[in-house]
Amino acid sequence: MVSITAAETTSRRVWRRFTGAQRTARFMVYLTIVAAIVAAAQTIEIIPEFLADAPEQIGDLLARMWPIDWRAYPTDVHSALSETIHIASLGTLLALMLALPVGLLAAHNLVPFTPLNLLARLILVSSRSVNSLVWALLFVGIFGPGALAGTLAIAFRSIGFVGKLFGEALEEAQPGPIEALAATGAPWRSVLTFGYWPQVKPAFWSIALFRFDINVRESAVLGLVGAGGIGMALDAALNLFQWERVALILVAILVVVIITEIVVMQIRKRML
Amino acid sequence: MKTGSPILISRADPFPKSLWPRVATVALVVYVIYACAQMEISWERVQTGLANAAHFFARLFPPNFARHELLVRGLLESLQIAVLASTLGILLALPIGLAGARNLMPPWASWPARALIVLARSLHPVIVAILFVKAVGFGALAGVLALTVASVGFIGKLFTEAIEEISSKQVEAVRATGAPFPSVLAFGVMPQVFSRFIGFATYQLDSNLRNSTMVGIVGAGGIGGTLFAAFQRFDYDFVCAILIAIISLIMLGEVLAAGVRAIFIDNATLPELFRRRGLPRRDRLVEDE
Repeated sequence: MVSITAAETTSRRVWRRFTGAQRTARFMVYLTIVAAIVAAAQTIEIIPEFLADAPEQIGDLLARMWPIDWRAYPTDVHSALSETIHIASLGTLLALMLALPVGLLAAHNLVPFTPLNLLARLILVSSRSVNSLVWALLFVGIFGPGALAGTLAIAFRSIGFVGKLFGEALEEAQPGPIEALAATGAPWRSVLTFGYWPQVKPAFWSIALFRFDINVRESAVLGLVGAGGIGMALDAALNLFQWERVALILVAILVVVIITEIVVMQIRKRML
Repeated sequence: MKTGSPILISRADPFPKSLWPRVATVALVVYVIYACAQMEISWERVQTGLANAAHFFARLFPPNFARHELLVRGLLESLQIAVLASTLGILLALPIGLAGARNLMPPWASWPARALIVLARSLHPVIVAILFVKAVGFGALAGVLALTVASVGFIGKLFTEAIEEISSKQVEAVRATGAPFPSVLAFGVMPQVFSRFIGFATYQLDSNLRNSTMVGIVGAGGIGGTLFAAFQRFDYDFVCAILIAIISLIMLGEVLAAGVRAIFIDNATLPELFRRRGLPRRDRLVEDE
């Protein structure tokens, strides 16, 4: 880390943490960041009147949301909310099933055949680079509006996430137990279940729980593009300017998200 | 035991299966059937959909880049939203995250800060964007504000955790010299969390870039609006062009973020950056949104 140039040693010793090249690299990053911020701030189309008006408008919005329309919950919101939770959990399950084989193929120590690894990586990267809302748009185009499109969107978005992390966990598995099993002549299925699985089990469950937590949040918005769940109720209430109902739906989403987070945290604490 | 006869080995399973995985499997199957029935998901619907899929994909290709001006304008706006939201978000998240750290701050400061962070994190950016569109009108401003809120939630939470995990020895050493609080932060706390902070910040820029291409769906500026409009007009070849553009932008963002991490965390120099093969893996804990 510490470097001293020849000239500095002769006269007065100056200690520097980074070399000149390292400092140049850092400076270039800072310069690029500042340039990007300035360029973005100068060219972005923001109407100053809207910005000045914002606090007043937000106050007005909050005033319209009060009082919260609690009575609409049993009739309109409850079924949509449970649909959202079903979308999240079924989507996560489907994703786990689809991601396991892809994750296995992506692990080089398990499948020592590079073209297959690359193919699996390609599947994982394309799944991750498409946002779940875009997946939802695609599936609404194919299957029509409804929870089926939402479930598939959640599943396809999650494959990349689960598969990538699971593949990395497999690659980090200790070779010792696996070699020991292979030396006994165990078939590959036994090597998987008794060699790899016990090593990656905690990682797998923690990835699954983590993704479920994210999916609950994401499934709440899928309805905005017609893919089922509470988002559809939110969209309808917004279009009708029923702000008291919008407030109710937001509170409902908030409560579900917080409960999910607490439950996931508790399960994680017990299991891992 | 008679001599000559084979030794009898107990055939009990050396790996006895416990009961609860089986119960859990049954419960899971029952739940899946129940949920599918509730949501009217059936095999026929999947089959009709698959027949549609061929038709759908045939119309996606070849991608149509004829309206590239619209495309480039949308992408640039997304980029602007991502840059400004990350900047504002990071600037706001630093004091809030610091205030939330219980090892440095008294409870009267940490609890409000933590509540604010939980609130900012719990709603999806797109939902926050809807609220800002209603409050400040259509356009990029709503997108910037929505993603700023998301950034405050995410960076604030991780920054708080990072500060709470630091070693107190260095902080105490700086304090023992009689240094005022700002110096304690600058020389006792900051050096311990800086590299993790770079990790969160580049990750958040990456994440804001992804979301800035989506907030347009609810009218908050960026390429998302163009994408949604093209979908609703069944303009699928343009949809395909937009998707290709979005994915390229996101991948470019990922490469740049990896480069910044290499420079700040691994102390790489610019030539090393171009020479190196594998960029470092992103922080596992902050993977994805």
